[in-house]
Amino acid sequence: VHRRKKLSCDPEYVNKAHKEGRFLSPPVSGRPSSSCVFVVRKDQDIYIQTLRKLFNESHGIFIGLQRSEEEFAGKSRKTQLVQVSKNYRSVIRACMEDMHQAAVSARDPALHSQYSTQVSILSAMELIWNLCEILFVEAAVAGPLLLRLLDWVRLHVCDVDNMVREVLSSENPSKHELFWNVVDVFVLQGRMDEARHLLSKEASANPTSVNMCRILDDLMKKMPVPSLGNTQTLTEMELKWQHWHEECQRYLQDGTFASNSHMESICKILLGDENAILEKKELMTTWYHFLVTRLLYSHPTVKPMELRFYAQSSMDLFLGGESSPEPLDTILMAAFEFELHQVIKECSIALSNWWFVAHLTDLLDHCKLLQSHNLYFGSNMREFLLLEYASGLFSHYSLWQLGVDYFDHCPEYGRVYLELHIERIPLNTEQKALKVLRICEQRQMHEQVRSICKIMAMKALRNNRLGSALSWSIRAKDAAFATLISDRFLKDYCEKGCFSDLDLIDNLGPSMLLSDRLTFLGKYREFHRLYGEKRFSEAAKLLLMLMTAHIAPCSFWMTLLTDALPLLEQKEVIFSAEQTYELMRCLEDLTAGKSDKQKFQDDDVETMKVEMLRLALARNLARVIVKEGTLEGS
Amino acid sequence: GDWHCTASWKTHSGSVWRVTWAHPEFGQVLASCSFDRTAAVWEEIVGESNDKLRGQSHWVKRTTLVDSRTSVTDVKFAPKHIGLMLATCSADGVVRIYEAPDVMNLSQWSLQHEISCKLSCSCISWNPSSSRAHSPMIAVGSDDNSPNILAKVQIYEYSENTRKYAKAEALMTVTDPVHDIAFAPNLGRSFHILAVATKDVRIFTLKPLRKELTSSGGLTKFEIHIAAQFDNHNSQVWRVSWNITGTVLASSGDDGCVRLWKANYMDNWKCTGILKGNGSPVNGSSQQGIFNASLGSANTSLQNSLNGSSAGRYFFPPLDSPRAGSRWSSHAQLLPPPPLIEHSCDADTANLQYPHPRRRCVSRPLNLLPENEGV
Repeated sequence: VHRRKKLSCDPEYVNKAHKEGRFLSPPVSGRPSSSCVFVVRKDQDIYIQTLRKLFNESHGIFIGLQRSEEEFAGKSRKTQLVQVSKNYRSVIRACMEDMHQAAVSARDPALHSQYSTQVSILSAMELIWNLCEILFVEAAVAGPLLLRLLDWVRLHVCDVDNMVREVLSSENPSKHELFWNVVDVFVLQGRMDEARHLLSKEASANPTSVNMCRILDDLMKKMPVPSLGNTQTLTEMELKWQHWHEECQRYLQDGTFASNSHMESICKILLGDENAILEKKELMTTWYHFLVTRLLYSHPTVKPMELRFYAQSSMDLFLGGESSPEPLDTILMAAFEFELHQVIKECSIALSNWWFVAHLTDLLDHCKLLQSHNLYFGSNMREFLLLEYASGLFSHYSLWQLGVDYFDHCPEYGRVYLELHIERIPLNTEQKALKVLRICEQRQMHEQVRSICKIMAMKALRNNRLGSALSWSIRAKDAAFATLISDRFLKDYCEKGCFSDLDLIDNLGPSMLLSDRLTFLGKYREFHRLYGEKRFSEAAKLLLMLMTAHIAPCSFWMTLLTDALPLLEQKEVIFSAEQTYELMRCLEDLTAGKSDKQKFQDDDVETMKVEMLRLALARNLARVIVKEGTLEGS
Repeated sequence: GDWHCTASWKTHSGSVWRVTWAHPEFGQVLASCSFDRTAAVWEEIVGESNDKLRGQSHWVKRTTLVDSRTSVTDVKFAPKHIGLMLATCSADGVVRIYEAPDVMNLSQWSLQHEISCKLSCSCISWNPSSSRAHSPMIAVGSDDNSPNILAKVQIYEYSENTRKYAKAEALMTVTDPVHDIAFAPNLGRSFHILAVATKDVRIFTLKPLRKELTSSGGLTKFEIHIAAQFDNHNSQVWRVSWNITGTVLASSGDDGCVRLWKANYMDNWKCTGILKGNGSPVNGSSQQGIFNASLGSANTSLQNSLNGSSAGRYFFPPLDSPRAGSRWSSHAQLLPPPPLIEHSCDADTANLQYPHPRRRCVSRPLNLLPENEGV
């Protein structure tokens, strides 16, 4: 894992003490200096392996959501958004499962507790998200609202599961000491069928209570519940409910259940008696469970906007002044009060990374909820949170790739954030550099492309990997650097007599034209190839052209002329008379260009070379004149 | 993930005040400045493969800049779009700007500009903005100790007309010695943000007004605002440094702490973290950022000295002693793998019932978050 320093760019350790007159000497060497450099990181969560799935899959959902913009409208759009919300939640749950497995299989107790904690946190996140989905994304209306809330509670209260299982699996459930607790649980959660099933067991086991069971069973069966479809209107339901409520009332007042305190308390619950419900605090464990139970039995047709009153009073009643709200409670309360802004703020404070708020806010923004809430920071807040989240991803050696897509969908600052971050990705390997490059090229981030190629070219050049340096300069279209590297190649050739990276030079193609020096390099190599393939006359023509067309730098002419020697010495005459005259002219240009002083300084080798060339040229000229002069020659 | 020293060499004949990296486009290049009145440029040479295996690197000096007659207090490379340039500042108040015309030849530097600041200089910062609307700009800080009310931060800007740097602005409100100064990365803004380390932390915004075409050199005039001022260090602030996007500022002070500052999307600056010298968060840091920047040490062997008093950050109050690397408590029980229960509403996903953190009947009262306006 690549460590990145967040706090400063320079490995600075300044001894100011010298100036101040007091000495604060740095830790003396002898120990490795790792004790003076501390790497501090935020967004630790991105390094947790088991959360990787969360980040990867939510990324896919996020992208899908951005791209689905306005495909549908109205009701189908809402269904679509609800589906997206469910997808996010299923990712959270999948992550919880993984985390749970990890916790179970962890030997190290510290690790076990860390995983367990993570499971709790994910569970809380899913709880909040689920509520937001019901209230905001689906925007459930009175009627279905209660049903959704009931589902929500059932899903998230599980402390009682053990007890339920124990009682149900026992031989004689109705004799179990916790039997009535379980019945209560079912009633509190509105699970009437299951409650009735248990009651029947009690009826068959206990003949004296058969009558009471039958009546209670009947009441439970007849209890009106809001329907999901349009089979009845709210007023119809309310009317039915009123009648039913009155019937329950009559049975209670008649003392029907007087002999069985359990059943009497159940009847009171059915009547929505707050105290009766509150007595079962331990079975509900949370104030929001209490809230939903209350609503079920006192106001099942509650409207969304009425929730806030019930929520506040439920919490007050449940807590009873013993304890104050915890962060989770504050968040849920804000949701019940439809204070979206507050929900997001509280979540940002409570959670350790931006994942949750960024994705939730984005979804709410797509539901057009933030904009209507407050025009000023609606979409700005979405972008702000996404930028924070994505920036955090960039410090990770592989998750940064997800961050790119998030930046893409931040219209105001996304691009510039991407530009700044992508330049700081450590380019440890060529593959990574190519990956980063491709991303920049796709987005027309030309300056970043140029910069990255330059950095890679420099690195290669420093390590004497000329071929790599050259290909990076070509990719950057950096003519100046390409010239420089070509010069290095040529210099190497002069010293070693051969080329490195032949493959690259042979296959330059049109990129050869990037710089004159590069063109020369390519053509010069071609000359060598032709010579190697014994295509002498072509080689000769090319060689001459390199000089006459001034593709070759003057400094290289001597080398080229020396290269011409073997061609001149061949048995067969290669250079034509005209070509020979050209060569001679080049030689004369070259030597004439030198001042007398330079000629004086030329060592014997140089003068000998020139002499040899003159001789060879003259000899060639002689032969070629004869050849061209004869009848067959031309 | 440990840091180890790959090269160490003695070269200056006095304390080395600062070192700075050039952009990797120029290779592996460092500059240093010293009490011995010189600044030097260094390049890393790729050594023998053995050295690399042993984790050693070789640095050679490419050039020594000897023009200063007093201690050179800061050296900084210019933003790469300007070329290979660096600026030095000295105790006698002279800022020098050098350029290496051939980026491949680090031994050739020529002195391009000498700016006399009249006050002893302690720090410089180049404006990193590569926008064509912004000319090259340097901020210079002074730690002049003599009692006066002269501005200790000056802004110099390059003028195309005169081809010289000239003073564009002085921050009159900064009259205490300045120890460090840093422009924030630009992000495409039209205005600049400058952080100053002095007796407190200050963040200024400089908004360019229309260039005065008639004035000599066509220098920009700026509208200066102070975006934030924090005296939480309660002592001299020595260093300030920006993150990549210029959204978080880190400051360090004589109180031995590093503080992190961040603006929310309403542009209100708040503290988002306090660290001790070894990187561990400070206990009970009452400065709560609106947006939580939870900080922990990456090195798990370091003791994480958190406790639960900065409760606003935490989801659940920690129960007992802190665990390294973890800020969460765990008083939710983990059940054995529960049966999967189908629900009509979530038919597409199998449901696991998990304990989410529930309130206990008796829980410690939490420190509620202080009221934060304007999230």
